[in-house]
Amino acid sequence: MAAVQFSLPLPVLPQDWVGEKDFKAIGQLSSATQRNIEPVGPHFLAHARRVSKLPLINRNIFAATNSDLQQKRHQRTFSEDDRIQAQENVKKVEDDDVGEISEPEDPLMLQRDAKDWKGQDHYAVLGLTKHRYKATETQIKRAHRKKVLRHHPDKKAAAGSSEDDSFFKCIQKATEILLDPVKRRQFDSVDEAADVEPPSKKQAQKGSFFKLWNPVFVAEGRFSKTQPVPRLGDDKSKKEEVEEFYNFWYNFDSWRSFEYQDEDVPDDNENRDQKRHVERKNNNARKKKKTEDTTRLRQLVDDCLAGDERIKRFKKEERAGKDKKRLEKEAAEKKEKEDAQRAAEEKERLRKEAEEASKAEKAEGKKAKEAAKNAVKKNKRVLKSSVKDANYLLPAGQEAGAKRVDQVLNDVEAVMAKIDPEEMAALAGKLGGMKVAEEVAKVWSEEAKRLVEVGKVKEGELKVIGS
Amino acid sequence: MSSQEDGEISSPEITAIGISFGNSNSSIAYTSGEGKAEVIANEEGDRQIPSVLSYIEGEEYHGTQAKSQLVRNSRNTIAYFRDYLGKDFDSIDPTPCHASAHPQKHESTIAFSVQDKESEAQNIVTVSEITTRHIRRLASSASDFLGKSVNAAVITVPTNVTDEQREALSEAAKAAGVDVLQMISEPTAAVLAYDARPEAILKDKIIVVADLGGTRSDMAVVASRGGVYSILSTSHDYETAGVQLDQVLIDHFAKEFIKKNKTDPRENERSLAKLKLEAEATKKALSLGGNASCSVESLADGIDFSSTINRTRYELLAGKVFGAFTRLIEEAVRKADLDILDVDEVILSGGTSHTPKISQNLQRLFPPTTRILSPSTLPTAIDPSSLSARGAAIQASLVQEFEKEDIEQSTHPMVTVTPHLRNAIGVMVVSEDVQKGLFSALIEKETAVPCRRTGLFAVPREGGDVVVKICEGLRDIKVSKKEKPKTNGKPASDDSDLDSDEDEDGDEEIREKVWKIGAVLAEAAVKGVKKGGKVEVTIKVEADLAVQVEAREAGGKGGVRGSLGKARVAENGSAGSG
Repeated sequence: MAAVQFSLPLPVLPQDWVGEKDFKAIGQLSSATQRNIEPVGPHFLAHARRVSKLPLINRNIFAATNSDLQQKRHQRTFSEDDRIQAQENVKKVEDDDVGEISEPEDPLMLQRDAKDWKGQDHYAVLGLTKHRYKATETQIKRAHRKKVLRHHPDKKAAAGSSEDDSFFKCIQKATEILLDPVKRRQFDSVDEAADVEPPSKKQAQKGSFFKLWNPVFVAEGRFSKTQPVPRLGDDKSKKEEVEEFYNFWYNFDSWRSFEYQDEDVPDDNENRDQKRHVERKNNNARKKKKTEDTTRLRQLVDDCLAGDERIKRFKKEERAGKDKKRLEKEAAEKKEKEDAQRAAEEKERLRKEAEEASKAEKAEGKKAKEAAKNAVKKNKRVLKSSVKDANYLLPAGQEAGAKRVDQVLNDVEAVMAKIDPEEMAALAGKLGGMKVAEEVAKVWSEEAKRLVEVGKVKEGELKVIGS
Repeated sequence: MSSQEDGEISSPEITAIGISFGNSNSSIAYTSGEGKAEVIANEEGDRQIPSVLSYIEGEEYHGTQAKSQLVRNSRNTIAYFRDYLGKDFDSIDPTPCHASAHPQKHESTIAFSVQDKESEAQNIVTVSEITTRHIRRLASSASDFLGKSVNAAVITVPTNVTDEQREALSEAAKAAGVDVLQMISEPTAAVLAYDARPEAILKDKIIVVADLGGTRSDMAVVASRGGVYSILSTSHDYETAGVQLDQVLIDHFAKEFIKKNKTDPRENERSLAKLKLEAEATKKALSLGGNASCSVESLADGIDFSSTINRTRYELLAGKVFGAFTRLIEEAVRKADLDILDVDEVILSGGTSHTPKISQNLQRLFPPTTRILSPSTLPTAIDPSSLSARGAAIQASLVQEFEKEDIEQSTHPMVTVTPHLRNAIGVMVVSEDVQKGLFSALIEKETAVPCRRTGLFAVPREGGDVVVKICEGLRDIKVSKKEKPKTNGKPASDDSDLDSDEDEDGDEEIREKVWKIGAVLAEAAVKGVKKGGKVEVTIKVEADLAVQVEAREAGGKGGVRGSLGKARVAENGSAGSG
């Protein structure tokens, strides 16, 4: 073959490209298919020469001796075994001719009258009951051929039996209807043998829901204008899938029609009015049947829905979901209440504690006061006794007169009235244990002086101590 | 053969013709001195010779004359016997013979009981005997035409004949003094008839051969790779053929007759035979003209019938049958694991292919790039009814010089069984999308090995170093929806249930053939290519599936060579599901 021209350019060699001797083997060819090539045409001869190296010698040109040829040929002769071996792996292009009729024929069916073709099961006649509406055109044609091979009246007549061709006519009619897409659809519409009866209540109780209902819907699904039809699914189907399934079936768009069951078929020869009358009658009957069918399907879906555990489960789940929310809400409310209560309790507790604390404080304060009082009394005693022990601030040996005693004690009283307990305590500390009169007097005068300085006592108010 | 074993090569001169032996019609062809196949007309001037033999008082009628005897002498007329040859009685369909002599079981074979001698006695004539007589008549017609005795032939057979059938045909022909050099399948003969025309260009292509005959239709998808043909799939149909079209016309005219005369001509055997012959003629006339008449003298009850029909009416009546033809072709393509877009050519062969509506339907089915080779779509098309005879004649001219044994040996499965490439092999070139590159196939898939293809590739404008990346390509069908201008402006999702049917029809899908890049096989660097130069890439796949690659600058010396190891040959059990 001549070289093919390609106008688009080859890519530029990348900079980092490396290959041994400018060539890099990367992959391998995919496996090949064995096929027969047709031994026809000049190019095949060339191929045969290449492959077999056969001495395809033109005997008019080569004047080789016959023995020469024979010898050459002998070395190259292919045997029957070679043929079998060579053909073994070849991809076949012909279909196997299935000669046998797979389904047994009902003797009653064989006696059918072709005139009653409306009542005949065309699929059964052709031996296609396993396939029915699923049978392909090829399958129908093959089935027909198989039946013809067996039942052709000419064959029977040639074999000497009677020329009864009624079943053959049935076969022809069946094929005529099934190979015509319009007529086939009309027959499929009323092909009750392809229906799967919905399970009865008893069955439904016993058997598995999906096993029982799935074939019913698969069979009903054949009437759907929209394909594929959603499947019933199983226990694990999601809620959306189940919902889609029921939605689909409640909005089922069916191509089913009932022309096939028309009681009267208008004839070309009848008059127009008669024809119209029959047509109207037929149309009404069809409509009625269609409505009935729609109702039947609806009832069927209702029944299925009623028995569908999944729906119950989904409802339960939904309810469980709602309950959960409610419980959560309740729990939240309860918690809030509890929190409030706890808060109140806490408050109460705190309040009580504070009360108690204050009480305790009060008690403490009383004690301290008492103690302070006691301390003040004690200190007063110390102070009083200190002047008494110091001989009323008179030098030793001098007898203090009553007047002096009175004066000193008054002073002391006045000081004690003027100073607060701390100062008194400090003073008592200074005076405590002091016996020497001069020292005591000095402390007192210092105290008097301090008081005057502070402004608590007026100059001269303390007659004895301050002097 | 015995004469050749005497030690001398010189055997009688072989004059070989091509015979297309059909169920309804046969034709004969020879190859002229210039290598052109010509169809031979018989004594009556027919190029389509009905495969019918009739006997009246010991005299044998053949062809058209015999066919006309179907009316008066149907019991002694034998027709449609080709398919019975080499079969047993249980596996034949006697339907086509209903209006002629009926086949019957005779020992292990099939025979007809006819009065073929002058005596009144019924003679049993076996199918092979009838075939012998038929071939003898064909050969004698050819001998008369060529002026020399025809003693060999290449005969075409359907693709689904068994070895027994081949054997029986070979014997029957030999008995008629015709040595069968080779039996070739009908679709390949048709392909060969087109490819042998001088103007034909050798190209790799996928061809669908639709052989639409009188009683059966055979489809074959053929891969033509460098002139080597491989059949990828076949399908056969006995329910969709020429007689079904005749039947449409018969029913039409019968109804018309009933309307006027209240008698159904189909109920009377002779009336039906008359109407059948005339309907066939009307059908043929309708393939050529827009109007055709049908007139039968004394159709039934002594009443003459005459009517006309126009083509539109006919096409309406036969619409279902025409649709079935189209479906057959579609199915054959599907069976070959191909797409409608993969088909490069459709060859319509057989008498029924004259019908314009069938080719028109195919034109609509296939993309515009697919050539439909039929008289009504292509003025240069070869007469479809003579295609296989022409192909056979060409093959006869090719092999008649060879020893018969050599022919047998070279058509042996050891030679014909060959690995075919599963994927295309090609080279990556630069496309508009620089990152991705574009696959350009050099060797198509289903090419028989050994094979070798060369391609000339352009280089970037300024030349320089280029890389040749060789990989496998997988054909993919890209489907994209054509944007339909919305006239009513409503959203598509809205009430989709109601107008879903319309949408399916209205939304036009664009289907395209695209290449997906498969396994990368090798890379080669070609350095220093001149400005404006070209790179020549040769890929050679050996018989053992080893690959050899050669890349060099066109006109330059040396270049890069490399090879890849052998691949595995897959084992195939059976054909795909029917």
